Amino acid sequence: MQSGQIPILRIGTTLLASIQVELRDTSAQAFQQDVLKAIEKSRSRGLIIDITGLDMVDTFVARILTDTGRMAKLMGTETVLVGMRPEVAATLVRMGFSMQGVYTALNVDEGLALLAQLQSSQARD
Amino acid sequence: MAARVLSTQEMKITSEDDVVLVRRAVRALAERRGFDSFGSAALTTAATELGRNIWVHARSGLVILEELEDGLRHGVRVEFRDQGPGIPDVAWAMAGGNSTASSLGLGLSGTKRLVDDFQLQSEAGRGTCVRITKWKRF
Repeated sequence: MQSGQIPILRIGTTLLASIQVELRDTSAQAFQQDVLKAIEKSRSRGLIIDITGLDMVDTFVARILTDTGRMAKLMGTETVLVGMRPEVAATLVRMGFSMQGVYTALNVDEGLALLAQLQSSQARD
Repeated sequence: MAARVLSTQEMKITSEDDVVLVRRAVRALAERRGFDSFGSAALTTAATELGRNIWVHARSGLVILEELEDGLRHGVRVEFRDQGPGIPDVAWAMAGGNSTASSLGLGLSGTKRLVDDFQLQSEAGRGTCVRITKWKRF
């Protein structure tokens, strides 16, 4: 799959990427690059990655997602991963994986609230 | 008592797309065997890790999917065979946190934790065979 297959929407200063397709290794890598380019272009402050559409997340995709969050952080953008299904959470923990480097929230609403909270606490510092 | 094999299906892996096809076939089989969504996700994830291992390390291989019945138990067994470089140090590869392919190094050790039985045979230069079995929870 080429890049650009996963739409990245801008809402104010936040980017929202909703993954609705089954990810292959190459599409996951293309997505990572697309997100980082979108951050640079839009000068967004926050990124929400919605994985409600993924019924399975293996260690490769998990690694891409957490790396993307860490890379975004280096560019000044906080990442919140939202919509992880119960089965996915259970599987990743059983495999010994922890989502280090990204915030997580239940859904897009909670993710937006968390980003607002993070940004207001940064503004106070 | 040996489990009865109800069906056998063979799939070749020669591309990244084939890994996705194996994943879908395993999910379909798990659902047909009546696995719940957690069991199905665990088995599908395990199969994806092992299918990817074939593609990344050996570039081609064979996957054999079997539906099992053992008395009242229903299960799925999946075997992943390749003639790739093999694993020189199985203990090291199984320890977790070690990786040769810029992944997490959790593939083999993590996969073992997702299934009920995990058998790995590998010889450096000859290839690798991994067989996983998962039984449906009552």
